[in-house]
Amino acid sequence: MAQYQNLFTTVQATGPLHHGVPLGPGNSPRTGKTPGSSHLLGRFGNAQLGPIYLGGLGIASLIVGTLAVNIMGLNMLASVNWDPIQFIRQLFWLSLEPPGPQHGLSLAPLNQGGWWQIAGLLLTASLLLWCARTYRRARELGMGTHVAWAYLAAIWLFLVLGLIRPVLMGSFSHGVPFGIFSHLDWTAAFSLRYGNLFYNPFHALSIAFLYGAVLLFAMHGATILAVSKFGGEREIEQIVDRGTASERAALFWRWTMGFNATMESIHRWAWWFAVLCPLVGGIGILLTGTVVDNWYMWAVKHGVAPAYPSVFPAVMDPALTLGGQR
Amino acid sequence: MNRATFSFRPWATAVALGGLLLLSACERPPMDSVQHGYRGTGMVQVYNPRLLETVIKDNVIPAAQPPASPDGPRAGDVYQNVQVLGDLSVGEFTRLMISMTAWVSPEQGCAYCHAGNNFADDNLYTKVVARKMVQMTQTINSKWQNHVAQTGVTCYTCHRGEPVPKNTWFTANSQPQGSNFIGDKAGQNTPLKITNFATLPYDPFTPYLLGNEPIRVNGTTALPTGNTSSIQQTEKTFSLMNHMSSSLGVNCTYCHNTNAFHSWEGAPPQRVNAYHGIRMARALNNEYLVPLTDTFPAERKGELGDVAKLNCATCHQGAYKPLFGQSMLKDHPELATVSAPFVKTPVATPAVMEPIASLEAPKTTTP
Repeated sequence: MAQYQNLFTTVQATGPLHHGVPLGPGNSPRTGKTPGSSHLLGRFGNAQLGPIYLGGLGIASLIVGTLAVNIMGLNMLASVNWDPIQFIRQLFWLSLEPPGPQHGLSLAPLNQGGWWQIAGLLLTASLLLWCARTYRRARELGMGTHVAWAYLAAIWLFLVLGLIRPVLMGSFSHGVPFGIFSHLDWTAAFSLRYGNLFYNPFHALSIAFLYGAVLLFAMHGATILAVSKFGGEREIEQIVDRGTASERAALFWRWTMGFNATMESIHRWAWWFAVLCPLVGGIGILLTGTVVDNWYMWAVKHGVAPAYPSVFPAVMDPALTLGGQR
Repeated sequence: MNRATFSFRPWATAVALGGLLLLSACERPPMDSVQHGYRGTGMVQVYNPRLLETVIKDNVIPAAQPPASPDGPRAGDVYQNVQVLGDLSVGEFTRLMISMTAWVSPEQGCAYCHAGNNFADDNLYTKVVARKMVQMTQTINSKWQNHVAQTGVTCYTCHRGEPVPKNTWFTANSQPQGSNFIGDKAGQNTPLKITNFATLPYDPFTPYLLGNEPIRVNGTTALPTGNTSSIQQTEKTFSLMNHMSSSLGVNCTYCHNTNAFHSWEGAPPQRVNAYHGIRMARALNNEYLVPLTDTFPAERKGELGDVAKLNCATCHQGAYKPLFGQSMLKDHPELATVSAPFVKTPVATPAVMEPIASLEAPKTTTP
């Protein structure tokens, strides 16, 4: 008899291949008439691969997305003089930069940010098309559209950074470069320019939801694995038909922290924490520079930042007495 | 029991090796951390004692030459074409020349600046540069005491026994590949030591240590009040600050309270020294190095034909104070003040310039 209590998948239930539910009118046929099955995939998820549904939205999203990534990649490749070895070696440093401040919101010359604008437009289109695709696929299967809305929360943050905030600031130079290290350095510079983002309460909330989502995921995953020997992984049935697994799990959390989520509500907790992370993060970014110029000063003004005893001898800004360039 | 066998050993080995690979670029603990602000505010300096050992070894000062008598004829009277330091006695003048040789060209000797037997000859560009550098040293020690204090600098502060100081800079090419269609580097996004391998702009010197661009980009008020500094400007400032931090071997918190980088209130007083240091580097580059552009031969110049210039690392070389604050200037008071133009003492017969035996390169003692 198979025992189901462990950290890694040791048992794979192999059944007849499943083609999914019948689709309504207006749906293109699914790709892959004969789904495959892979033992290795089964170690991580479902052993069955396919059928894949691409459809018009999926194809359009992939085309514009590939174009966007190619524009970024070719710019990076050109910046190392088309040397493929240097492209790989310096990949984490290479970047496609937004236009400079002198171009404002106008279309910049291609090599001075124009490529960034085109790549950004195509990438935005790709993300939105993919989001529409997740929405439509969910509807066709008669599901709720939670995935699409959660995805939109991430797109919101992406658009705040690259489009909405730059437009409000009046310049695309406020956009984020497309590059691995360059976007990290952008983030550090962003915090420096606007007086320490750690004092931005929406940034704080976003971090709370990020860590909270991770914590909830760990708690939930651990709980279900821990009661799987009692059939605990059949959570959805236990929402309406509480079994011994559900009872034990619930009692465990009441014992340890006095309160427990239910087999249903834990998924709402997880969804909201995950969605609120980019949602409030986006609000924090949107307010930065538009209505708040220095978050530390803002925090001092509103009694958020504590005052520490001063330990250094008082010094004065030499520029105040000497004049000259600051 | 139908349990699949699962071997952990290869996976564990792979994870261990992968982890080691990821950590290979890190410095190994333990680090020394020195608190210098209010507790709990992160105002600490972090030092790697193993790396610090090398820096300390690199910042030992050489012994000073025995003092020379200030009496006797003036150097400007005895020698020809003495445009600076002519008011020193011949002994003092010779002593400084010997010291300069040891500081700047110990291997090449006097001949690095003096062509042949005629020591008055200005034919070698190095002699013209050396004269300008003596003037620069005097200016630093007399006019920039708000940065160098009484400690001052000598040739050795930058040269350390090498004709060309180890740390100099040239204006960088912001778009080295030369295409105007695709692949703009925007003067950044290149793994270089100068940016500590960040993607920040790799020439933060031309705008700030040669030009006069505003360095302060931070917002200083809670709500927007007209500060339009861009993120691009911020990255340039960030890059300059990065350079200062690595040149001095200190953290940001050496000069800033990192809860509010812009604020002078609650910031360490070292920031005032740094402020003057930036102005000093800018002034010296413009007043002493750029005017030498035509003096230097092409091979000493940068990619864009500009002269080698100085930045914080030129003197500091990894130490929070150059040579860890040991003053060599106290043994060379002639470098502490700007020499007044020397007026020759009228004499009947002009002295003949003879090569002096003691001006030969000092014997280098190789153990």
